[in-house]
Parts: sequence; C-alpha cells; structure tokens
Amino acid sequence: MAFRDDVRRIRAIVWKDLTTERRSKAGFNSVASLGVTILVLFGLALGPDGPALHDAAAGALWLAILFAGVLAFNRSYQVELDGGALEALLLYPGARWAIFAGKLIANLIFVTLMLVIVVAVGIVLFSVDVPASWPQIVLIMMLGVLGIVSLGTFYAAMSSRSRAREVLLPLLLYPMLIPVLLAAMSATKALLFGDVMNEAGAWMQMLVIFDVIFLVATFLAFEYVIEV
Amino acid sequence: MSPAATNQFGPPKPAPAWLGWLAFLFFTFAQVFSLMTSPADAMMGHLQKNMYVHVPAAWVTFGAFGVVLVASLYFLWKDDERADLLAASSAEVGSLFCGLTLVLGMLWGRPTWGVWWSWDARLTSTLVLFLIFVGYLSLRSFVEDPHRRGQWSAAVGILGAINVPIVWMSVQWWRTLHQIQSSPRGLAPEYLRGLMLNLAAFTLLTVWFIWRRYEAARYERAAEHAAQAAALGGYHG
Repeated sequence: MAFRDDVRRIRAIVWKDLTTERRSKAGFNSVASLGVTILVLFGLALGPDGPALHDAAAGALWLAILFAGVLAFNRSYQVELDGGALEALLLYPGARWAIFAGKLIANLIFVTLMLVIVVAVGIVLFSVDVPASWPQIVLIMMLGVLGIVSLGTFYAAMSSRSRAREVLLPLLLYPMLIPVLLAAMSATKALLFGDVMNEAGAWMQMLVIFDVIFLVATFLAFEYVIEV
Repeated sequence: MSPAATNQFGPPKPAPAWLGWLAFLFFTFAQVFSLMTSPADAMMGHLQKNMYVHVPAAWVTFGAFGVVLVASLYFLWKDDERADLLAASSAEVGSLFCGLTLVLGMLWGRPTWGVWWSWDARLTSTLVLFLIFVGYLSLRSFVEDPHRRGQWSAAVGILGAINVPIVWMSVQWWRTLHQIQSSPRGLAPEYLRGLMLNLAAFTLLTVWFIWRRYEAARYERAAEHAAQAAALGGYHG
C-alpha cells in the first residue's frame, strides 16, 4: 500500500520536527513570547480605553498569531539546512507531498500551541468576554490557522533557502493571506459581539473554501519548489 | 565568446525600432485626440479625462499579469527558460502599470470622493495584486540559481494569480462602496472613442516595453550561463 507508506513518512517527519522542537524548547518559548509581546504592543497602541481594546481584540489576536507564526515557518526549514538534512530528506524514497504534509502538520501543532497561550493572554489583556458561542470561535481559529500554516509552510520552503529570508517570507506571505485573515478576523469579531448580523457562518464557509483552495494549490506546487 | 552565442536558443529576436516609434507616436496621438475631442463631463468636468489613462493602465496591468500566469504555467510544464524570462519581463511592466493605475485612481478619487483611498474590493485587490508582484520581483532578485529562480517565481506567480479573485471576493464581502463598473455601453460615443484609442495605445506600448525587457533578460541570462560555464572551466577567453 503506497498510501500507507506515505502516511508513515508523514508521521515520521511530524515526529522528527516535534522532537527537535521539544528538545530545544528555545524555539517555541521565544515564538510564544513574541506573540504575547506583540499583543502587549497592540494594547499600548490602542488602549488604555477598555471598549476600544475590546473592539480591536479579534484583529490584534490574529495579527499576533501571524507575526509570531512567520518565525516558526522559516525555522522549520532552517533546521533542515544544517548538515544538508534537507538533501537527505529528499533522497529518501517516497512522494514529495509527504514531506510537505509532515512539515505542515508539525507547524500546525506548533502554531496551535502558541495560539492557546496568545489567546489566553489576549482574553485577559483585552478584557474579552468569552461568548456562549466559543466552540465556533475555536473552530474558526483552527480553520484560520490551517490557512496561515499551509501558505506559510509553502512559502517558507522558498524563503528559508534564499538570501534575505527574514524579509522575503512576510513580503510573499502577507498579501497572500489577506483573504484568510479577513475571513478569520471578521468571523471572530462577529462572534465576540454576539453575531447580531448573522454573518459568522458565511465567513466560516468562506474560510473553508479558502483553506481548500490554498491547500490544494500548495500541495500541487510544492513539488516544484522543493526539488530545486 | 559573445554572450548570445552561449545561449541555447541563439540570440533573441530584437524588438523592431519602428514598433517603439509607432507605440510612442500613437500614444501621443491618442492622448491629444482624446483630450481635445471630449467635452467636459456634466458631473465630473475635466476630471473625467483621467479615465483615458487610468482605465487603460488597469486593463494592461491585468493583461500583463495574464501573460505572467500563462508563461509561468508553460515554464513549469515545458521547462523552457524563455517562458520564465517572458514572465519576469511581463511582471516588471505589469507592476509599473499597476502602480500607475493606483496613483492615477487616487488622483481622481481625491476630488471626486473626497478621499485618496477607499477600502473597496477593486481598489484593495489591485493594491494586493501590486504587493504580490512586488514580492514576486523581490524573490527573483534574492535567488541566485537561474533554474531555482524560475521554478520558484513561477509557483509564486501562479499562486498570486489565483489569489487575486479570492481577495476581490473577500473584500467585496467585507465592504463595498465603489461605483458600478464603467462598461463601454454606459459611455457616450465621444468618450468611448478616446478610451478605445488609448486602450490600443497602451496595449502597443506595453507590448513594446515587455518585448524590450524580454530582449534584455535574454542577454542577461546568456551572460549568466557564460559566467557559470566559465566558472566551471568550460570556456577559455
């Protein structure tokens, strides 16, 4: 079963990436701290007025996740560049998309853990009242993170191996993420305010469509960017 | 050894000088003609004349990015480096006209709407398109290896092109206040003539720009190949 082999490869890559991360810890701690720091900065820029902070909470949360997440994406390939690990990874038999899927899942877990911390801090700092519809917000967060991580993992495969990787990844990634961010922010904001316009469901549907489009596109295109 | 001789496709076909002159003269004629013949608009006055540069600039922007998309797909399919160079040349010229579209739109928007910018779907997606291709051109300048540069920028170009209608759709939902898209049917003939003339003039100019840029890109690439071959000891002298 070729597919079962691919699943095993994906699992191996996810395990490898998470183990590297778990043993160093420095990566996760610094990225999560950065996310929190960005939230504090947003608070200073928009506060100290309570209602204004409350209004901006959804946008600030998503931007903090985005800005901190970008560092994680470059890291996930940077560790492969030492000692030619990426070349070795490519030499192993198996489909290229399995590498992408493995990295994507590892990044997904990484960013989700960071999100938990950032959201917890955000609820406190921005005096957010958690609404009754919080399961929907969790779903939107997962969908939004999936969109950010799929494009982030894809673009980092290029930027991490170019000159000027620090500037190139945000430059390529942020414009591409506008639809995902807009949908995620709008849905989150709507739900935080009780969804009076009944728009959260529509934004969620759009988010699902965007995720599917970008996942398919990045899976198809990954082969072209990883081989060279 | 001349750079062109090391190019596997031979020297590029030079853009004929007459085409450049024709584009330049036709463009001048179209501008003068449309400015002279169209009466002041009842609502907008002479501001309306901005349409003769803004609308054609937007049209050729999308045309140029269409070329980027097609050439990028062709490059990934056939691995023909000329397609990569055509995509790059088109992206440069397209970005130029995209920037021009935005600036001209703002110059018109300020007196008409009272604001330089509005966050509506068409404005925002044009701006995002501009940013995507700024990223595309930066990527090209940050990657040394020509083949890698070609593969990567083709992927970025294709994903960028996919993204534009998606951005449009999402912003459309988010907010919209732009006036209804001006279609040629809604225009009086005296305006339409000027617009069509300018559209042809801009298209000609764009073809000329892309062709010239492509020609230069072919020589640049040939020089890259020659330098690479010399570094590997393939050529002496």
